Amino acid sequence: MTEPVTAAAATTARETRLAAAWKSDILYSFRRDPVAVVSMIALLICLGAAFFAPWVAPHNPFDLKTLNLQDALTPPAWEQGGRPGFLLGTDDQGRDVLSAIMFGARISLLVGLASVAFAMILGVTLGLVAGYVGGRLDAVIMRIADVQLSFPAILIALLIDGVARALLPRDAQTGVALAVLILAIGLANWVQYARTVRGSTMVEKTKEYVQAARVIGITPLAIMRRHLLPNVLGPVLVLATLNIATAIITEATLSFLGVGVPPTQPSLGTLIRVGNDFLFSGEWWITIFPGAALVIMVLAINLVGDWLRDALNPRLR
Amino acid sequence: MAMQEVIPQRSSDTGAAVPLLSVSGLTVEFPTRHRLLTAVQDISFSIAPGEVLGVVGESGAGKSQTGAAIIGLIDPPGRIAAGEIRLAGRRIDSLPPQEMRKVRGREIGAIFQDPLTSLNPLYTIGRQLTETIATHLPLNAREARDRAVALLEEVGIQGAARRFDHYPHQFSGGMRQRVVIALALAANPKLIVADEPTTALDVSIQAQIILLLKRLASVHHTAVMLITHDMGVIAETADRVAVMYAGRIVEIGPVAAVIHRPAHPYTMGLMGSIPSITAERERLAQIDGAMPRLDAIPAGCAFHPRCPQAVARCRTERPELATIEATDAACWVAQRTTGGSVDG
Amino acid sequence: MADALLALDDVARTFDVSPLWLDRVLTRQPRALLKAVAGVSFSIAPGETLGLVGESGCGKSTIARVIVGLYAPTRGTVTFAGVDLDARGRPSPEQRAARRQMQMIFQDPYASLNPRWRVEDIVAEPILALAPDIARSELKGRVAALLTQVGLAAADGSRYPHQFSGGQRQRISIARALSSEPRFLVCDEPTSALDVSVQAQVLNLMRDLQRRLRLTYLFISHNLAVVHHIADRVGVMYLGRIVELAPTHALFGAPQHPYTRMLLAAVPDLGLTGVARTAVAGEVPNPLDPPPGCAFHPRCPYANERCRKELPELLPAAGGGTVACHAVAERRIDATPLVARA
Repeated sequence: MTEPVTAAAATTARETRLAAAWKSDILYSFRRDPVAVVSMIALLICLGAAFFAPWVAPHNPFDLKTLNLQDALTPPAWEQGGRPGFLLGTDDQGRDVLSAIMFGARISLLVGLASVAFAMILGVTLGLVAGYVGGRLDAVIMRIADVQLSFPAILIALLIDGVARALLPRDAQTGVALAVLILAIGLANWVQYARTVRGSTMVEKTKEYVQAARVIGITPLAIMRRHLLPNVLGPVLVLATLNIATAIITEATLSFLGVGVPPTQPSLGTLIRVGNDFLFSGEWWITIFPGAALVIMVLAINLVGDWLRDALNPRLR
Repeated sequence: MAMQEVIPQRSSDTGAAVPLLSVSGLTVEFPTRHRLLTAVQDISFSIAPGEVLGVVGESGAGKSQTGAAIIGLIDPPGRIAAGEIRLAGRRIDSLPPQEMRKVRGREIGAIFQDPLTSLNPLYTIGRQLTETIATHLPLNAREARDRAVALLEEVGIQGAARRFDHYPHQFSGGMRQRVVIALALAANPKLIVADEPTTALDVSIQAQIILLLKRLASVHHTAVMLITHDMGVIAETADRVAVMYAGRIVEIGPVAAVIHRPAHPYTMGLMGSIPSITAERERLAQIDGAMPRLDAIPAGCAFHPRCPQAVARCRTERPELATIEATDAACWVAQRTTGGSVDG
Repeated sequence: MADALLALDDVARTFDVSPLWLDRVLTRQPRALLKAVAGVSFSIAPGETLGLVGESGCGKSTIARVIVGLYAPTRGTVTFAGVDLDARGRPSPEQRAARRQMQMIFQDPYASLNPRWRVEDIVAEPILALAPDIARSELKGRVAALLTQVGLAAADGSRYPHQFSGGQRQRISIARALSSEPRFLVCDEPTSALDVSVQAQVLNLMRDLQRRLRLTYLFISHNLAVVHHIADRVGVMYLGRIVELAPTHALFGAPQHPYTRMLLAAVPDLGLTGVARTAVAGEVPNPLDPPPGCAFHPRCPYANERCRKELPELLPAAGGGTVACHAVAERRIDATPLVARA
């Protein structure tokens, strides 16, 4: 006896995916929230500027051939002594601050995104395995995580960085410096993903769709990958968004301390450090503008992350 | 040893002079972003003092929302959009929250489905009991404690004085539900609203709780509004029963009549689809389709798309409750067959 | 039985729920062993529906999971179509083939389907597990056929589980279970979470499918009325053991075991309006610390000294079933049928 298709199935016509998405709850809450919209726009500007820097920046601050020491320490264009070609002024080596910010943001974002991606992959994998397999493997992974957590992130990053510098010959250092930095920040941050995913996995594991998959005969690896992963990823994405901000700050701190990116690829942190020396001699723009750019970028990421967390929270929907 | 309980036979006060609870034209709505969900639509019924009224229906029928409206615990954005609720003649649906809180607990007691979440796990049950008693009754601490222990004994908790200081997790599911019943009775309310009180319990414990409820209601002359989807529990416990569908009452009447001589096609289908441990049936009666969604309730009689007896009038006009033999049913077809002018 | 499809022989399953070793040593607690199933034997003939009833903690869900291989039995053997499904070590090709003929339907329609997968992928998963290289068109055709077979539309395949009601989700579960063309279905409370009228639809559907596809069911439920409707034989479980196993009409018409009688007397039935009923005293004991001898003796009106010490065995009883009760074996119980129901 066939049952007639219910109202739910019959009344919904085939809307296009995009139209459905636009009307969806998430985008609706986005459109309604002015803070989210503004910070998303700011974020997109930062991302755009950083991504398109080589084509959009007025100068290339790292091409030594184009630098002219006579341009050094030029104030911003609207100040007395400023020049229109250098909108935000130049630093002590004649580099255009605006261009340096755009390229620096590039490095900052690269390190931020890559380290978060690394932390996420490592943390999610370990969390899934610990949560699903349980038992001793779970205990071992969690103890490692606990040990990891007792060290502050900066300290770990310093440690790995120091070890890398000690091990590698000098000329190889600049080449792998970025990689080492990404590794360091990633290793400092994977635990939060592992913990979240482990908790969610332990909950999902008991649900009957996982048991059904086991009865069908799916291998544990496939279960983790195809069934559990999509269901535990939600909170991880929110964590990652907020973590990008902290990763960028961590990188900026490390670069400020002098143990981050190499001087040939300055990030926003490096620029702040360099400009710090000139702050009290009157050339304030060299440190303030990169600082402001960093703050704006991190703030935008945080606000977007906040909105995302609330939007994805099923209980608030 | 098995217990034999003798329940004093209770008369059905359908014709009682002053109803304890009187609901008229109650409508509960949930305005959401996309649409308006109507959980309860223009229902009216009454409960006499000391009577047990069963409210039965399937998921989405609106029975829990009716109970919530009476207790005054509808979650926003839901709200009572229309109608009146009167307790002993006094209107309670429009009371300010302060007043409603006094009514709730003192005059209306509530029992919910999950005994685990009905009790605060951080406090002893004794403390939760005395707190409720002290809030609503003018007793000092000593008297409140004595009353609490007496209540625990009355609901069948062995060693009540000792268990007074135990925490909820130290009780089994059935025992916890007894404590919840004691809590509901603490301030000697006139009406108890019980929403699925036995659904989460094992069959044998269910039987104990049902007997307990019946005995207490009879002894204390408390009216009970028993909300459940389990028709068997209603059969055992209730005097009258209201059958709800898509937010409306489709049939109401004495329990035996509704079960054995239903007039409404939905009630008939419902009774036929319940498996029994005595009757042998090859196939259970089946109502095709499903209850409509709360934002897509059909015009006219809400049941007409699934009704084997629907006629043209059913599609356009919503039927009102009218007396059909032993019960009141909201059905044009049933009303036609018992006389009265209806064009088919 | 020679031609039994499924046979369990003295199957037991114990869970170690002891606190952590360190806590145990520090607080001097003993190991806590939960005997969820304490020795169960029965067999199911092809085409038959065996019902398994009992209250929470009786072990019926654990038995289901042992049969389909989610748990390994601590003791005893599970045999399917003559193949011993010993779960130790790598499964042999015969064992794998036998397992593929068994599927399971779960209780919770909301948790038994992966919320992130489309219905067509859910139903196709068992097919793909068996034949990963199947052609897409053929796969689509088979999925569509399965969906219509359970009363849904082929177009429903592209939707997500949350767009369906509880009853429809159970139909999807049934479609998934049938997609690998099994001979045997273990149904763990498949209708307990559904409304009465939806339950009727699903039970009717299961009956139709059984007849059409010649399926064998193990139907687990706490609802005696449902089991009465659908099962050919019924087993009653209490604290990990079967206390009575008999053909349906014999069990419901003339129950032998005191627990069965109490269970039946405790069921609210529509015919009982107005008749005073007997409530069962006490509650199910803690499975971590079961009473010695017959586990039911603390609640049993017929218990004697022997019941407190000696575990009763399943012995043949009047009516064609088996009962595990000393009082019945010693003829101390008057086995007349219960109060006649209106």
